[in-house]
Amino acid sequence: MRRLPPLGLRTRLIAAFLLVAAICAVSTAALTYRQARRAVLTQSQDTAVSTLRDQLEGQGMSLPMDRQQLQRLVNDLGKRGKPHSWVVYGEYGTLRASSNGTPTTSAVLTEKLREQVAANPHGAFQRVQDGRGEPYLTIGMPAVFTRDGSREPTGVTVYAVMPLTSERQTVDAMVEAAKQGAVPGLAISLVPALLAARSVLRPVRDMRRAAQNLGRGRLDTRIAVKGADELAGLARTFNETAGALEESVTELREAEARARRFAADVSHELRTPLAGMLAVTEVLDEDAAGLDPDTAKALRLISAETGKLAVLVEDLMEISRFDARAAELNLDDVDVAEAVGKTLERRRWDDDRVTTDLPGGIRARLDPRRFDVVLANLVGNALRHGEAPVRVAVRTQEHPGGPRLLLEVADSGPGIAEGVLPHIFDRFFKADAARARSAGSGLGLAITLENVRLHGGTLTAANGADGGAVFTLDMPLEATA
Amino acid sequence: MPRVLLIEDDPSIREGVGLGLRRRGHEVSAAATGEEGLALIGGFRPELVLLDLMLPGINGVQVCRRIRETSQVPIIMLTARGDDFDIVVGLEAGADDYIVKPARTEIIEARIKAVLRRLKGPGGPPGVEHHGELAIDRAGLTVAKNGERVALAPSEIKLLLHLSASPEQVFSRQQLLEYVWEHSYHADARLVDACVRRLRNKVEDPDRHPRYIQTVRGFGYRFGPL
Repeated sequence: MRRLPPLGLRTRLIAAFLLVAAICAVSTAALTYRQARRAVLTQSQDTAVSTLRDQLEGQGMSLPMDRQQLQRLVNDLGKRGKPHSWVVYGEYGTLRASSNGTPTTSAVLTEKLREQVAANPHGAFQRVQDGRGEPYLTIGMPAVFTRDGSREPTGVTVYAVMPLTSERQTVDAMVEAAKQGAVPGLAISLVPALLAARSVLRPVRDMRRAAQNLGRGRLDTRIAVKGADELAGLARTFNETAGALEESVTELREAEARARRFAADVSHELRTPLAGMLAVTEVLDEDAAGLDPDTAKALRLISAETGKLAVLVEDLMEISRFDARAAELNLDDVDVAEAVGKTLERRRWDDDRVTTDLPGGIRARLDPRRFDVVLANLVGNALRHGEAPVRVAVRTQEHPGGPRLLLEVADSGPGIAEGVLPHIFDRFFKADAARARSAGSGLGLAITLENVRLHGGTLTAANGADGGAVFTLDMPLEATA
Repeated sequence: MPRVLLIEDDPSIREGVGLGLRRRGHEVSAAATGEEGLALIGGFRPELVLLDLMLPGINGVQVCRRIRETSQVPIIMLTARGDDFDIVVGLEAGADDYIVKPARTEIIEARIKAVLRRLKGPGGPPGVEHHGELAIDRAGLTVAKNGERVALAPSEIKLLLHLSASPEQVFSRQQLLEYVWEHSYHADARLVDACVRRLRNKVEDPDRHPRYIQTVRGFGYRFGPL
């Protein structure tokens, strides 16, 4: 069962107009038809009935009648049909006569009419149709005579049968006229329908376009307010809302920019003293051996922490560059297997702790430095928080938007706790609350994720079927800067 | 041990790096401004210049250009990652390599050694090789075009020697970074691109397509075919 698509506002408005117009046309036509038909038929009936009565009363007759007299009566009446010619049947006891010779009674004369005539000295009439659907007016009239002020039946009954074909034609013509008039009427009613639809739709469409622009981030979008109707009120409200939105978004952005600048400035300012400190840590390490144990311990501590601090500041700078959208891709064409191999080799992970599945001949366009950072981070994490052996697998996949590069890093550890998974890429997130400080800066995975996004890819963390953590990187084979 | 001129405005870095390098046996002369550094070059005759890019007064890039006007002494820029634009400008100005601050002394020294290392390159036959209008002397590390000596910075000559040792072989940027600059990490391929541009300016004919150092789109660079 397929559902029809919802109809548009314009369609619905036009349909409503047409429906109203159609109801008007049909009801008008129906009423007119009824009244006209009644008027036409009544006129014919009245004329026919009164004509028959007058004619019948005007006939002199002597009772009892014989066949010839009856025949003469019907012949005489038969010539005087009004408004149309009719056929007259006469009945007197068992005698039968008709003005057209045969048959002596008509099939269209119903029992009901006979009963009414028998009951009513003024006669009765009935509209009937014969077997072929032709309409007839049938009138029955008993002949009476007046004696001493009271009417006495003579026993003679006359029936007139008159075809109503021309009345039917008149009525048919009227119906036809009503039909013919309704169609142009409906067509004409489309014009105001379209005009009304347009006057409603244009502001609605303007508003929709404006809302779309707002959604695209153009917060200075406003609508021209015309008139003073409800739609204009809506437009005004829209403009006020957009204004308020723009104001608060601007405030937020300014606050965010200030915060970002602050973070960037702080890390930048930290870098200079660190550069000086880091340059002399080796001196401390070398000389520590010759000093008393406490001083030696202090020096080694300073040296080690300076190194960590340098990494942290570098990571902070990197993150603030991502936040400021100042991170750039420096793309190069590389052989993926070679790049992965080099990364592992450089970190001295090219032993049995890491197994690889690297098909040769995959060339990708990416930023080698960032790719190296990503892979080193994922493998480093797997070795630190998971367990060896760590499996690195690379493959490509066809995709409508272009081929994708898929890289999977899976460890053999216990996996990632369910509560941790959603936060694994958060900044400074500590998976193990007891670990006050991780070995890294706590920004590693956040930076990794940003690097992947910069390439237009996605990075997901999950637990594999056999328990270890699995990180899946999915990015375009050809990144665009 | 080489004589190093350190031009750096921040005293803590100047002293820290100076101290670290002296401990490793280098002779270090330090200057706080570009002008001071340029003035020292004549007398001190450094074998290598460590140059901070962000200097008050005339900045590192301008100092780099001034040095290159008269000398092909190796120049290593001290930069901060993220000052990407400066790195490119510095490389275009003729620097041979760059170090991202903050860096440990061992890293700084490794870069210094890599730049200064004489090419134990793929030993071609001794004597002078002729490639078109270029004459390359592998032993003397000199290059002449049409008989005229071309002044090349260390990274430029290393790159040219490396490429011309295997004519028509394509080297990726990453390979060149490893062979020529001995970068042990994925450095910026723009280092290679900037060096190729400088080298082309010196050895190619300006109004023709590159003959000697050709770009192979999507793969890297190769020498020839002529």
